[in-house]
Amino acid sequence: MEQGEFFGLLGPNGAGKTTLINVIAGLARADAGCARVMGADVAKDYRRARRMLGVVPQELVFDPFFTVRETLRLQSGYFGIRGNDAWIDEVLQHLDLASKADVNMRALSGGMKRRVLVAQALVHKPPVIVLDEPTAGVDVELRQGLWQFVRRLNRDGHTIVLTTHYLEEAETHCNRIAMLKAGRIVALDSTRNLLDSFSGLELRLRLDRDALPQPFPGRVVSSDGALFVLRLEHYGELEDVLARLRQTGARIIEMELKPPDLEDVFLRLTGK
Amino acid sequence: MRSFRTLLHKELLRFWKVAVQTVAAPVLTAVLYLVVFAYALGGRVRVYDTVPYTDFLVPGLVMMSILQNAFANSSSSLVQSKLTGNIVFVLLPPISYAEFFAAYVLAAVVRGLVVGMGVLAVTLGFVNPGLHAPFWALAFAVLGAGLLGALGVLAGILSEKIDQLAAFQNFVIMPLTFLSGVFYSIHALPEFWLRLSHANPFFYMVDGFRYGFFGLSDAAPAASLAVVSASLVAVSFACLALLKSGYKLRH
Repeated sequence: MEQGEFFGLLGPNGAGKTTLINVIAGLARADAGCARVMGADVAKDYRRARRMLGVVPQELVFDPFFTVRETLRLQSGYFGIRGNDAWIDEVLQHLDLASKADVNMRALSGGMKRRVLVAQALVHKPPVIVLDEPTAGVDVELRQGLWQFVRRLNRDGHTIVLTTHYLEEAETHCNRIAMLKAGRIVALDSTRNLLDSFSGLELRLRLDRDALPQPFPGRVVSSDGALFVLRLEHYGELEDVLARLRQTGARIIEMELKPPDLEDVFLRLTGK
Repeated sequence: MRSFRTLLHKELLRFWKVAVQTVAAPVLTAVLYLVVFAYALGGRVRVYDTVPYTDFLVPGLVMMSILQNAFANSSSSLVQSKLTGNIVFVLLPPISYAEFFAAYVLAAVVRGLVVGMGVLAVTLGFVNPGLHAPFWALAFAVLGAGLLGALGVLAGILSEKIDQLAAFQNFVIMPLTFLSGVFYSIHALPEFWLRLSHANPFFYMVDGFRYGFFGLSDAAPAASLAVVSASLVAVSFACLALLKSGYKLRH
């Protein structure tokens, strides 16, 4: 991962995304190899490595003994920072938590607890921020706010590492993506290149009959009764398909045209 | 250093915020022991010629409270954090394993001493055991609380569930405390149990602490202090080695 990137780490459950993050964060020991954060080895130079890193864990964890502000002050102290209230207030403001500063953690909703976790990861202004499935269980409105804030951090020079199940999130935000399967990287490229390498359009057709007229333009990927999935090289081919159907008197019941997305790339690479 | 101070502060807040449960409750328990044992045995048992049984009981009960609460503090804090997952808040920052250990043990010592002083303060309303050598008493209180705080860290690291911790508490800590001579002098025991008691580090803590009050003890106080200190050093090294390796915490 390069400095300043918005890096996506994708893969099915059990692919090793969280394990990889745990190794980087020092929450797990690597059996072999090493990991470095901004040049600091996570085992040998762990103090420097951890100061560079802010991790938003996947589990919704909190300490029920404390309020939001107490939680953030303690977290600042763990990183050796005192008198951090100005920055804490700024972070709370951006995460729309200012009104909850003195509320006990126990009394917060799931989405709010998630945002406190984001705030906790940011108390020491780390150059590298790791978000492990940050939007799981967060409603749409909050999700938008969260992304706006994270993108701003990225623009300000923070490196962002994101793991997510939502492929469209990775597609929208990440400029480079690694896909993991069973602990191995199966793809590592810019989001653009990954999408380009799987160019073409997907056309889904439901007709009034179970067979396509032969010969037929366009490559049939799959068919199920009257439902046909075709792959087209470009939009021009759509005209040929429609013309051929008109010629044979076939009627279209349903039609959907989809540009390539990461899901296609993902499914093909992870072999599903 | 600030990491250590913050972690210590957090650990102190953790028990102080629920002081009714962590301080007042154990004080009440100890006072109930005192009342029941004093009334039941007060006229019948005499351990030292010059010391009434009720007086004899006070230092033992104070020490028992110190030890049990020191253990409870570090062990329950660690196990709860592991169970709820918020242990990551202290694993992610650049806190060294020595700072981590010291903060948990020191907070345990403070909780032990606060409860111990509470028990002592309340019992002074009934009895006055006197204080023959306060520095000996303080030394045993601090080292004993430290040893149990360290044992609590050890149990907290090893336990993955509340019932594993409860087993440690019920099958190790409780028997060792009860068989340490809190309620009797070990010289009242048959030969076998007398020998066994000499292998129990808890006996030296209670006996040495009692020396601080009466100037009388079953073992020489300096020897007791050496046993307690050596146990503390041994358990601390075990904890530090486990923390350094990340055993069960950074797996």
